[in-house]
Amino acid sequence: MTAVFTDPEEAVAGIADGSTVLIGGFGMAGMPVQLIDALIRQGATDLTVVSNNAGNGDTGLAALLAAGRVRKMICSFPRQSDSWVFDGLYRAGKIELEVVPQGTLAERMRAAGAGIGAFYCPTAVGTPLAEGKETRTIDGRDYVLEYPIKGDVALIGAHVGDRMGNLVYRKTARNFGPVMATAAALTIAQVHHVVETGELDPETVVTPCIYVDRILDLSAAEGSL
Amino acid sequence: MSSTVEHLDRGPLGRDELAALVARDIPPGSFVNLGIGQPTTVADHLPAGSGVVLHTENGMLGMGPAAHGDEIDPDLINAGKIPVTELPGASYFHHADSFAMMRGGHLDVCVLGAFQVSERGDLANWHTGAPDAIPAVGGAMDLATGAKQVFVMMTLFTKDGTPKLVPECTYPLTGLACVSRVYTDLAVFHIGPGGVTVAETYGTSVAGLASRLEVAVRPLGQQP
Repeated sequence: MTAVFTDPEEAVAGIADGSTVLIGGFGMAGMPVQLIDALIRQGATDLTVVSNNAGNGDTGLAALLAAGRVRKMICSFPRQSDSWVFDGLYRAGKIELEVVPQGTLAERMRAAGAGIGAFYCPTAVGTPLAEGKETRTIDGRDYVLEYPIKGDVALIGAHVGDRMGNLVYRKTARNFGPVMATAAALTIAQVHHVVETGELDPETVVTPCIYVDRILDLSAAEGSL
Repeated sequence: MSSTVEHLDRGPLGRDELAALVARDIPPGSFVNLGIGQPTTVADHLPAGSGVVLHTENGMLGMGPAAHGDEIDPDLINAGKIPVTELPGASYFHHADSFAMMRGGHLDVCVLGAFQVSERGDLANWHTGAPDAIPAVGGAMDLATGAKQVFVMMTLFTKDGTPKLVPECTYPLTGLACVSRVYTDLAVFHIGPGGVTVAETYGTSVAGLASRLEVAVRPLGQQP
């Protein structure tokens, strides 16, 4: 049963120290900024964060990093023009980094959500990112064995949710949200507004409610922030 | 087979001319991913009615030109995080699907920049290997491995004159034997099982290139 919250603090309650947290978004599109801000206030630390980037500017994920809460980043593209927070921590040796090709990052989470034990992937064969990994030739092509990435928690941004937890997204803000929603034990989605059950066309639902545990309704929460 | 065209009566290609040349060689109706940076400019040279559908790895087919003014929508960006527009027939999908269509061999062409390309088509374009560099791969390896054809756009030489088309890449690899064509300011190269052939030259000749490269290059149609 999905719970709908209007208070960001309640939406992120109970996230434990040492958790692996999947954070959606590509750049700022789909970035669950209000949930991340609430997680900073909630105080969980020693986190492993899985996200495509490692923070932009000084807000959102960058603020979580700046607060010293993240032990390890798993991402495809940490280095950006505005990733100074991560860059500083990395160069000071204060954060671990695992770089994963972007599609492999998505597929490892898809595998976690789909009950796949591991998969052979052609990406990164012969490159430094395949070093130390098991490889296999199948039908004349070489593959690298990749393992799932499972989250304790996923924080994602969607466009609209209903009271059961069904989600729809908007344009390229969809990005990692649907995959991360399947891959975590506890999935928390922030949405721009919540509609009554039955108001979303079932044919357009992208993330079915079975994957969603908590929803933060930003339309109700914004006044309280 | 057509023969090599040597344009000796002009200088090297400018950046816009190079983008136009790549656009010319993209078959009508192709599904294409243009990498971040210079490859993005190829879109400006695709002829109207080409039917080329642009893919952006953050989850869209049917990407339109960059958005300006009121068109800017923070939920609609390309892989370089630049606001873009959508064209009629566009579709959105999540990241695992976006890379499945890439890895699954459904994309016809991707165009990427490069630090180095080897004579076997190995690509190095994600990491300089410098000890203080923060590694960041993004979708480069997935694109190199997944697209049916990988076109590279780059200058043929670094600013200090070192060739970027090389016998073996010295930079960390992005993908093995994945590049089929290399578009440079001085020449267009085709890479295949028989080695490197020169399709066109600009401001130089095949012989002129051969004297500056450690890679064996030959005109189109000549057996290795």
